[in-house]
Amino acid sequence: MGENNSTKYVIELKNIEKEYFGNKVLKGVNLSVRPGEIHGLVGENGAGKSTLMNIIFGMPVIFSTGGYSGEILFEGNTVKIKSPKDAMELGIGMVHQEFMLLPGFTITENIKLNREILKDSIASRFLGPQLKTLDIEAMRRDARKALNELGMTVDEWLPIAGLPVGYKQFVEIAREIDKRNVKLLIFDEPTAVLTESEAEKLLGAMKMLAAKGIGILFITHRLYEVLAVADNITVLRDGEKVGSMKREEASIEKIAQMMVGRKIERVEKRQNKAEKSEEIIMSIRNLYVDMPGEMVKGVNLDIIKGEILGIGGLAGQGKIGIANGIMGLYRAKGEVYKNNKKIELNNTRKAIENGLAFVSEDRRGVGLMLDNSIELNIAIGAMQVKGMFLKTFFGVNWPRLVDERKIRENALKYIKELDIRCTGPTQITRRLSGGNQQKVCIAKALTLEPDILFVSEPTRGIDIGAKKLVLDLLVKLNVERGMTIVMTSSELGELRSICDRIAIVYNGKIEGILSPYDSDTNFGLMMAGEYKSHSKEAVR
Amino acid sequence: MKKYSSQKAAINFIKNNTVPILFFIICLGGVIASKLSIPYILNEIVNRLDRNLFLVLSLIIPVVAGMGLNFALVIGAMAGQIGLITIKVLNIGGITGLFLAALISIPFALLFGYGTGKILNRTKGKEMITSLILGFFAMGLYQLVFLLFVGTIIPIKNPEIVLPGGVGLKNAIDLTIIQYALDDLLSINVMGIKIPIFSLFIIGLLCLFTKFILKTKIGQDFRALGQDMHVAEVAGIDVDRTRLMAITISTLLAAWGQIIFLQNIGTLQTYSSHEQVGMFAVAAILVGGATVTRATIGNAILGTILFHTLFIVSPNAGKNLFGDPQIGEFFRSFVAYGVIALSLVLHAMQKNFDANANVESME
Repeated sequence: MGENNSTKYVIELKNIEKEYFGNKVLKGVNLSVRPGEIHGLVGENGAGKSTLMNIIFGMPVIFSTGGYSGEILFEGNTVKIKSPKDAMELGIGMVHQEFMLLPGFTITENIKLNREILKDSIASRFLGPQLKTLDIEAMRRDARKALNELGMTVDEWLPIAGLPVGYKQFVEIAREIDKRNVKLLIFDEPTAVLTESEAEKLLGAMKMLAAKGIGILFITHRLYEVLAVADNITVLRDGEKVGSMKREEASIEKIAQMMVGRKIERVEKRQNKAEKSEEIIMSIRNLYVDMPGEMVKGVNLDIIKGEILGIGGLAGQGKIGIANGIMGLYRAKGEVYKNNKKIELNNTRKAIENGLAFVSEDRRGVGLMLDNSIELNIAIGAMQVKGMFLKTFFGVNWPRLVDERKIRENALKYIKELDIRCTGPTQITRRLSGGNQQKVCIAKALTLEPDILFVSEPTRGIDIGAKKLVLDLLVKLNVERGMTIVMTSSELGELRSICDRIAIVYNGKIEGILSPYDSDTNFGLMMAGEYKSHSKEAVR
Repeated sequence: MKKYSSQKAAINFIKNNTVPILFFIICLGGVIASKLSIPYILNEIVNRLDRNLFLVLSLIIPVVAGMGLNFALVIGAMAGQIGLITIKVLNIGGITGLFLAALISIPFALLFGYGTGKILNRTKGKEMITSLILGFFAMGLYQLVFLLFVGTIIPIKNPEIVLPGGVGLKNAIDLTIIQYALDDLLSINVMGIKIPIFSLFIIGLLCLFTKFILKTKIGQDFRALGQDMHVAEVAGIDVDRTRLMAITISTLLAAWGQIIFLQNIGTLQTYSSHEQVGMFAVAAILVGGATVTRATIGNAILGTILFHTLFIVSPNAGKNLFGDPQIGEFFRSFVAYGVIALSLVLHAMQKNFDANANVESME
């Protein structure tokens, strides 16, 4: 490739800079992708990857916050990409981290979204192309073709609602490859929601697309995936390009080191606590939770006071549903006892009043009020349920006033303790990076001073440095305050690094409970639901 | 996984159609209590379908486009009335006058629809309350124009429609010149029931138009928008423009709907004919089983029949049951507003029931 300089690269970014409210998030980034190249882009959360992608794809958020500076060359020509439409017309496609699919449309309609094949109707001849009717047959043929290219056998007329997560991701990709003019594809953490086998299939599809001459920009947190498929790797840190290398020169350690900029310490396994109580603080009996995609189908589990209990398992097996059901966020049925007292289900307020707190895996949807300040987000739960941060008004007890001074003090305390990087306690949480948003969520739960803290996916989408901080914090709370912690996580490694016991969920039920020191094989078997058949031990 | 017995299917049918079924029962009771003859009721129902269905149908497109129920129908109705007032001033009657009125209302409807759309695009997610209040606001402007400007700024002198002082339009304007212009163009009599074929034909055309437009590119955009505005935007659909189209089409249809409505009534209540348009149309479509997020032509037709059956029978039912037609009258307006509240509440409750049933059925 590259006989001629103008078509050497699909895209070239030159000295891209971007500011959000005076906060520089990109500081002169250069990046270029050749046709047929898979270019891995890695970096911690808040490193500027998403911002860079948003600039390339012309997302409205960039222009509503003052645009960017620098130059973008697409196939050798300078371009200004002002909207997703511009990007698409140039031949840039994006596979989004959250699915950009319409649940009520069929697979075909989603693949052809806004690129429907049209045929003339009587009205369109007079009143313009907007009144052309859809050629469903042709659309289905195209969709079928795109799905076949990806090796998908699913029927193209099925509605999206009800498809497994992995399929949805492939429908998104099918949509991009169906765009015949596509020259550059951006994959924004496409494997984050996939199981390992699905992720492998996806990586295969990426290689296949690259072989067709499409340039691919691949963003991920999973470093081994970058090593598996990328030809070149660029590392961003704090809005700067800190390194780029060919795959042959790269190793996980090297990339990780560049990303963090300091030597990564492995989160060490915690020493067994000296005294171990056997008092059961919570028992869950026959819990069913109707959480779409994470159904819980009859869980029995005892939580011991003062422990860190891990709940693991593969995506879609129901591990996430347990905490959500107990906290009343999704419909639940069954019995939950705390200190032998039954807790009312489907009532979040009661759950919190009973000394439970929850850090949701969905921090933007459930965890935060995105357009409110950090300090209010931290205080709001305790204010509502426990009446904290309120003061009387000249001795009158009702209505009580918000005690802004205490809210500020509390927020400042947690900003310092958890190292929340922000412009101040009044910054709105929407503008924080994912990791910092998560820290605000944890601060909010801690402010409730719970007996049992449920945390779901506490490190999802958080950079390695902050990950360690979060895990250390959980251990510290457990040791110093004696807080019982139930941590749900997809990352077995982090469960094994801090938990006392790990319950593995399979098909909506507890498959078994393991010690963090158990063998990899046992964990593997349990997650696959094969433990019982391979083991003679009776596991409840 | 789930077993579908016929019994279960029946229960599901009842659950999914709570509002229409409830109203069917109320209507049945009302019909019996009113002691009115069936031909009379049928005649009235046909008459009222002719009058109202066009307006009700104009609600569908904004619902599909995710903008909720368009209470700003009121504004479209005003455009229609402007057309009617104009032909009254010009004194052109008959079918010519009617079509001229429809023609004149077009630029006004497009302008009003565009303005409404612009405002609704600034209040995304709160379209229903905004359109409701916008309707009230427009009524004020309407009064200003026809009460104060007519005779002063707008030179209309015709003493038949202008108040004795020479300023402002009269409260009621006689529209006999176009009354039944559309209905009587072609109508037949089946067993004592007058069926205005041509009017129903026009309404049928609107049904086809609605069906057709949902199958076109712009219709696909409406549906995409109705499901998820963000996804639609990222897919490159011009969200604001598409919403503008949806509301403009709805406003234009409302203008024509109001013209059809008034040609049947025969009198324009200058300052109040448009008042209830939005509210009654919304109530009718809700009775037909539509929700804030889903509305079909079937909902519109069924809803109009049920809602107006209740209207027809309630005065007599009130008289027979309570010895006072006033109670029936009261019942009528009580029903109109009550229906909206009830079906919104039932819609929310149904969602809740479904969710509960889901959990309970887990094993």
